[in-house]
Amino acid sequence: MKYLDEFRDPGTLRALVAKIAGLPGSVTLMEVCGTHTMAISKAGLRQVLSPGVELVSGPGCPVCVTAVADIDRAVALAHMPGVMLATFGDMMKVPGTSGSLAGAAARGAQVRVVYSPLEALVLARENPGLDVVLLGVGFETTAPAVAATVRKAYAEGLCNFYALSLHKLVPPALRALAGLPGFHVDGFILPGHVSVVIGGEAYRFLVDEFSIPCVITGFEAADVLQAIYRLKSMKKSGPALENEYSRAVRPEGNPRALSVMWEVFEPADAEWRGLGSIPGSGLALKERYRDLDAGSWEVSRPEPGGLGGCRCGDILCGRIRPVECPLFGVSCTPDSPVGPCMVSTEGTCAAYYLYEREEP
Amino acid sequence: MCLAVPAEVVELEDEIALVVLGGARQRVDLSLCDDVAVGDFVLVHAGYAIDKVDEYEARRTLELFEELARLEEPGEIP
Repeated sequence: MKYLDEFRDPGTLRALVAKIAGLPGSVTLMEVCGTHTMAISKAGLRQVLSPGVELVSGPGCPVCVTAVADIDRAVALAHMPGVMLATFGDMMKVPGTSGSLAGAAARGAQVRVVYSPLEALVLARENPGLDVVLLGVGFETTAPAVAATVRKAYAEGLCNFYALSLHKLVPPALRALAGLPGFHVDGFILPGHVSVVIGGEAYRFLVDEFSIPCVITGFEAADVLQAIYRLKSMKKSGPALENEYSRAVRPEGNPRALSVMWEVFEPADAEWRGLGSIPGSGLALKERYRDLDAGSWEVSRPEPGGLGGCRCGDILCGRIRPVECPLFGVSCTPDSPVGPCMVSTEGTCAAYYLYEREEP
Repeated sequence: MCLAVPAEVVELEDEIALVVLGGARQRVDLSLCDDVAVGDFVLVHAGYAIDKVDEYEARRTLELFEELARLEEPGEIP
């Protein structure tokens, strides 16, 4: 990609850091994207910008916000005879009440890791004797790809392809978060690739109704610093919605991706880890595609249990930092994770553990 | 999980593009994208192109960074 080196130029980064430090006052900003979380931790931005800027992580990792009961459903589906479950790799180690998909695979369940939903179509064609279930996890970045795949399976008349949609929508979650009693941030650093699909205007309500400054940005350190600079500037100039990722994000988003998504899915209430049930924040298959919906299958699941002192729910709402969880780095590590924020490669705890942990 | 990688389109065949990613050629589905041409950069996510990347805007963002670095007083970017 042209210009990538320029986005990583140390001189640019130092200048941006100095400009941010030159702005008066201090702000607390929340990023709601796992890729931003990793970028911030990896570049050491939290330390460099302290104390004028405090960066906290929100519910930006689709793997992490998936509810225990939904993990349990996926594990139960994987154990059904004649079923092959296709999943993105990030979901494999996420613990449910009675184990993970990786655990199910170890006990003989047919679980396949796919990079693209299209691979699940191939699995269905190659295994006519099995029912292939695609586990649809992800925000608006991923949902259109799963929708397009469901549409292809339907058009092809594949009768052994199904989907379990655990997709989540970002704007309803931000609305729920902004409305939580006691919730306060001075600005949101908004996700670039979700916004590629839904468009910048989808966040207008955060400024209009909640007076929270918002900047959409990309994933290079310079992008994130630029967003932080603009958000801190708004302390004086007043809340606004800005798009610093205009090389990929348009105000209206990607109309074609949205039309494919809404052709296949409709909004549904969804359970978020940490935030509870949020109206209209999930995606369910529309009536036309109900025959492909593995979400309607009867499965026997355990009563959803807690994860032994895990505080991922509080971390996902920005109430505490990973180091404030008693399990962090002690009984919960990337090699032996207790909660999803340590499992996912883009989880807040994994980011802190990899890049920001103080050596004992 | 929402990571998307920009890649240049080198060949087109119906709704499939051949792109170069990390030195290797890869097939990318174009069902979610309008008007893709050879030479365009697309954002690749989970085997699909989720949109095009605007080269002009990429350049403009960099100019903004440069301008910001030159400013004497904070809070003055246009």
